[in-house]
Amino acid sequence: MATTETTGYPDAPNGPVRRTSAFLNRSTGGRLALTIAPPLGWMVVVYLGALTLMIVTSFWRLDPLTSEVQQVWGLQNFETVYTGEVYRAITVRTLVTAVAVTVTDVALAFPIGYYMARMASRRMRNILLVAVVLPLWSSYLVRAFAWKTILGGGGPADWVLETFLGIEEPRIGASGWAVWLTFSYLWLPYVILPVYAALERVPSSLLEASGDLGAKGLTTFRRVVWPLAFPGVVAGSIFAFSLTLGDYITPTLVGNRFFIGNAIYNFVGIGSNLPLAAAFATVPIVIVAIYLSIAKRLGAFEAL
Amino acid sequence: MSRWRLLAGFSAMVLTLAACTGGGGGGGGTPPAGGGDTGPLPTSIGPGEGELSLIAWPGYTQKGWVEPFEEESGCEVKVKYGNTSDEMVNLMRQGGGSLYDGVSASGDATNRLIAAGDVAPINIDLIPDYSEAMPSLQSPPHNTVDGVHYGVPYMWGPNILMWNSALVDPAPTSWDVVFEADSDWGGQVTAYDSPIYIADAALYLKAHQPDLGIEDPYELTSEQLDAAVALLQQQKELVFKYWAVYTDEIQGFKAGDMAVGTAWPVNQQLLLDKGVKVDVTVPEEGVTGWADSWMMSANAEHPNCMYMWMDYTMRPDVQAQVAAYYYATPSNTQSCDIMRKTFGESTESVFHCGDEEFLSQIALWKTPLADCGDGSTDCMDYTTWTEKWTEVRGT
Repeated sequence: MATTETTGYPDAPNGPVRRTSAFLNRSTGGRLALTIAPPLGWMVVVYLGALTLMIVTSFWRLDPLTSEVQQVWGLQNFETVYTGEVYRAITVRTLVTAVAVTVTDVALAFPIGYYMARMASRRMRNILLVAVVLPLWSSYLVRAFAWKTILGGGGPADWVLETFLGIEEPRIGASGWAVWLTFSYLWLPYVILPVYAALERVPSSLLEASGDLGAKGLTTFRRVVWPLAFPGVVAGSIFAFSLTLGDYITPTLVGNRFFIGNAIYNFVGIGSNLPLAAAFATVPIVIVAIYLSIAKRLGAFEAL
Repeated sequence: MSRWRLLAGFSAMVLTLAACTGGGGGGGGTPPAGGGDTGPLPTSIGPGEGELSLIAWPGYTQKGWVEPFEEESGCEVKVKYGNTSDEMVNLMRQGGGSLYDGVSASGDATNRLIAAGDVAPINIDLIPDYSEAMPSLQSPPHNTVDGVHYGVPYMWGPNILMWNSALVDPAPTSWDVVFEADSDWGGQVTAYDSPIYIADAALYLKAHQPDLGIEDPYELTSEQLDAAVALLQQQKELVFKYWAVYTDEIQGFKAGDMAVGTAWPVNQQLLLDKGVKVDVTVPEEGVTGWADSWMMSANAEHPNCMYMWMDYTMRPDVQAQVAAYYYATPSNTQSCDIMRKTFGESTESVFHCGDEEFLSQIALWKTPLADCGDGSTDCMDYTTWTEKWTEVRGT
């Protein structure tokens, strides 16, 4: 670095700028601190701070008459949430739906991602990529409402079920099926993209080598493609799983039973019971933490 | 090593932050006891502040009567719609209660607001038309506590039984079509999505299981509440979808997914406007209902404009206009003559305008409290109702 020609007061050899720059040049830690302080501060204050505040709130309680929060410590909210039958039912419902949506999305995303990454022409691949991303340009709410119309009485879903499956008056517009379908649609792009990215990174030479060594298509897939793409699949599944776990709008629009998000929304919006809501919110946190630790072991984070 | 130091630093920062915010925020540790201690009542309405910020039920603040008010008072009105009573209570408490000047609160919200000191006592002498209100709405328990007025009556109405008359025949006369397991309309029933709907079940039990001893559907003992919740669990198997926002019900009836359920009069009117054949009745068990009041925030930034608004909305011609739009019934008895010009006989047969007897039969929404009203305090409060409602909706 040519710094000899710098003159003038602040840049003088003993000026503050020079001294700061010299300090930063010498101290690795100082350099690191300055670089990451702003984003780190944001992370700590806004993100972890809010999370901590939520956890702290979960130990408080509600004044029964005024329904205002009293800052009295206690475990009663956790007792309610972790022993109540209803909360278990809600958690199981949410969890089962999240798993079903994740499996569905992976099953749909893998062939699409495989076609895009390995079979489609360059032009076709671009068209498909745009098609996958395109729905994300419109509002989530609009897409969920579109499914409400599709699945509602007298809608296309009714017609399909009546015509092809002979189900009379299916009325699935507000049901677990509707929630599953809508979620699967909504999160599909988030699964396709990491799966596609993972498949694209599988070197063709390995497939050829596998073929040269006598492996049939299925064996190559099972022993080469799938293991290499698997971290991408897990990465995609994190999105489908955790997004389903936290969502409350879709169950409101097309469901008729509470999900974890609905119960929390109900506590906050209706009961003004922030402490109980905060306690229940720890349930998805625990579930996602377990899921992520499994995903990490499966190497998903290398594929993100 | 250094990683642990970094982590320790994080934790320290987070804890400090939590300690700081934990001590100061969170709505305050000691709520004022019962309100009424917010200083002397105003004796006159001062000059307007030029602005008014309201929380209202959708349909309560249409241009037709808000614009003339703005011209007359010079107060520019901003409205935030609340879809449920609970949302309104939360909104009123935002920003320390100074964000909004007033709210059109239903009886299930009013007592919560009064008890928490969120709303200010009102000098009703400043509102000339107050004396024209239906006698039972002049100091009802839902907005008058210990003789202190906290609200000015606005509109009221029943939660009636509505059905699709193209499907449902003969016309139901009892709520049993929405509660009993052998209902012909299983899978096409709808119900109101709020803890306060437990009162509808309690009202049904009051008529059908007298041995439970339910007097007031909002003052339920633990046993009575459990019975009502059991009835709602039974109903759940019949429900296509619960409606929280009135458009949900309109959409459901229009699509044919819903055939019968509880409704507001405005839902019926909007469906009729859309060409859906629906009919309504007051079933033999009676109905719950709502009487809404305009209430002023205890920390209102524009109290004069709020007084002007309460004065304005109490006028007979204004309430008649709201009635024509929202199909709710005015509290001002003088509105009935004005309405008769438009609605003729319906003023009585549909709106029950000025009908004290009809109003007295409605179990009006009010906040369930531990105090049963008869000296004992073993009734279930609203927090318990909310938890029970979560059980109904969750399992």
